[in-house]
Amino acid sequence: MSEVPSSHAKRRPDRAALFIAPVLFLLACVIWWDAGRLAEVTNYSRIGPATVPHVVAIGLALLAVWTAFEAWRGDFPEREPVEVQPVVMIVAGLAGQMLLLKTAGFSIATGVLFALTAFGFGRRKLWISLPIGIALSFVIYVIFGRFLQLSLPTGPLEHLFF
Amino acid sequence: MNTFEFLLQGLVIAAQPMNLLYALIGVTLGTAVGVLPGIGPALTVALLLPVTYKLDPAGSLIMFAGIYYGGMYGGSTTSILLNTPGESASVVTALEGNKMARAGRGGPALATAAIGSFVAGLIATLGLAFIAPFVVKFALSFGPREYFALMVLAFVTVSAAFGDSTLRGLTALFVGLGLAVIGIDQQTGQARLSFGVPDLLDGIEVTTLAVAMFAIGETLFVACQGNRIPEKVEAVKGSVWMNAQDWARSWKPWLRGTAIGFPIGAMPAGGADIASFLSYSTERQFSKHKDEFGKGAIEGVAGPEAANNASAAGTLVPLLSLGLPTTATAAIMLAGFQQYGLQPGPLLFATNPQLVWGLIASLLIANFMLLVLNLPLIGLWVKLLTIPKPWLYAGILLFATLGTIGANPSVFELGMLLVFGLLGFAMRIFGYPIAPVVVGLILGPMAEQQLRRALAISQGDVTALFMSPIAAVLFGLALLAVLVPLVLRARGKGEVLSQFAANED
Repeated sequence: MSEVPSSHAKRRPDRAALFIAPVLFLLACVIWWDAGRLAEVTNYSRIGPATVPHVVAIGLALLAVWTAFEAWRGDFPEREPVEVQPVVMIVAGLAGQMLLLKTAGFSIATGVLFALTAFGFGRRKLWISLPIGIALSFVIYVIFGRFLQLSLPTGPLEHLFF
Repeated sequence: MNTFEFLLQGLVIAAQPMNLLYALIGVTLGTAVGVLPGIGPALTVALLLPVTYKLDPAGSLIMFAGIYYGGMYGGSTTSILLNTPGESASVVTALEGNKMARAGRGGPALATAAIGSFVAGLIATLGLAFIAPFVVKFALSFGPREYFALMVLAFVTVSAAFGDSTLRGLTALFVGLGLAVIGIDQQTGQARLSFGVPDLLDGIEVTTLAVAMFAIGETLFVACQGNRIPEKVEAVKGSVWMNAQDWARSWKPWLRGTAIGFPIGAMPAGGADIASFLSYSTERQFSKHKDEFGKGAIEGVAGPEAANNASAAGTLVPLLSLGLPTTATAAIMLAGFQQYGLQPGPLLFATNPQLVWGLIASLLIANFMLLVLNLPLIGLWVKLLTIPKPWLYAGILLFATLGTIGANPSVFELGMLLVFGLLGFAMRIFGYPIAPVVVGLILGPMAEQQLRRALAISQGDVTALFMSPIAAVLFGLALLAVLVPLVLRARGKGEVLSQFAANED
């Protein structure tokens, strides 16, 4: 909403947003480099698997320059302050589920995700939320894994019942 | 056979007991999930996709249609009873609806939203049934270059035309197009951007991306704001039924909303949010009770809600007849079709008419079910709104990961879910729209295929792309859709466009 340049002439460069430009440029470089090693299939249209990646890479590079320009002028919308701790907890929950899934099975791994997400939102009593999460995940496992026959990974808890 | 006969045939298919059951399950799940705050129609559809994995194509698509319409109904309940600014498609409903709820008129607000959605859904679905065959006939004359031009137009309208920044819209689109390159090239079989990782050879799943960006990105975004925004659920006081005056003030906005919403959805011109916003400003001009606007005018709920639903049905016109998704929700529906190897488009009407017409007919039936489900049972849905945030978001993540694990139980897939979730979170923080990424991912490979076909026909001559009148007009429109908003914003008129931001669906 802050694309109105003239009235806000005295904006400062937006450092965090300025960081986006090199990321986009790097992405463009990776796509360009990868397209370069594709074998060109000789046909008379000069169009091959590398054409579209090249176009996308050029597009991203141009957008990187434009982003740098807007970030320098401070044209990005103002951001609210970010609380880091809840985000870390939820990411930890997702990572925990990912790592536990094969060994501990669906219910326990997803229970961990559930409890840590609730923690991130302020329910800090893990000894309450973890059992709730595991029980809920187990019910979901029974409904989806048994009745709807989705192949969900099993672990000790699932083996105990089935 | 004409449209009537096809539609009757479709009704016979949709009225089979099993299909009725699928539709009922679909609308119930759709409403239940759509009602949850923070979940828009796109995420509703993405979250519930795994439920349909094990069904046959017809049953699954019928359930899917129910989920889509149910999600739209559920969303309006949320915005009336819980003022959730930021959810774009329902912002307008929240403007007047939440005020009505605070004034103790939540019942009539919910009723006019539900009945308006029903009227709009009915008319617009019939519109879909009668217009789609014409579009199909027209589309049969399309060659690769016309299709490519059409997709370019869709790219531009989704990313650049609306929203508050051309730059951020286009960036989101190109990120999606970049992700679309990953995997095996359809024509030469070469692996692109897969870095030797076998899991990447199949490309990135649209559902994984959509669930990650919408569910995980949104959860992280809400979490990082802490408890700054207190949320209050308005209780439904008094009768759900509308009085005579409510009816008198509602029926015209319903019809006007439908007339505005359906064409906007049917053209590749953006999502339901644009339609509902236009309807709101129209109602404000037509209303005899202008002073009530901003304080809870029933017209301001009736019109936008009708427009919302009419445009949702309108979106199905390009999706079914051209295979062209113009919103994130439609992109996910397209992914649902593709999991059965079905490609929507003119050919589907010829090769699989039972499926297409069964789907259209079941939309009509789903609409009736939703009216019954929403008016008397509204109290039940309201209870869902009172789930405390920690449990709500923990549950959302549970279901989000369930879908991914159910589709592909691999650690790598969950890793991608996390990475794209963080990407979606970062994009939200910096004000990037999400929908262009999803549309870019699914439409990118299709556009590439058409482009390469077109250029193979023209023997590599790029100018041939613009030599057909239809393609030239479509490219011209696409160019205008980029330039006009740029000029408007540069001249300080960007505020209007940013209110049309197509974020959620």
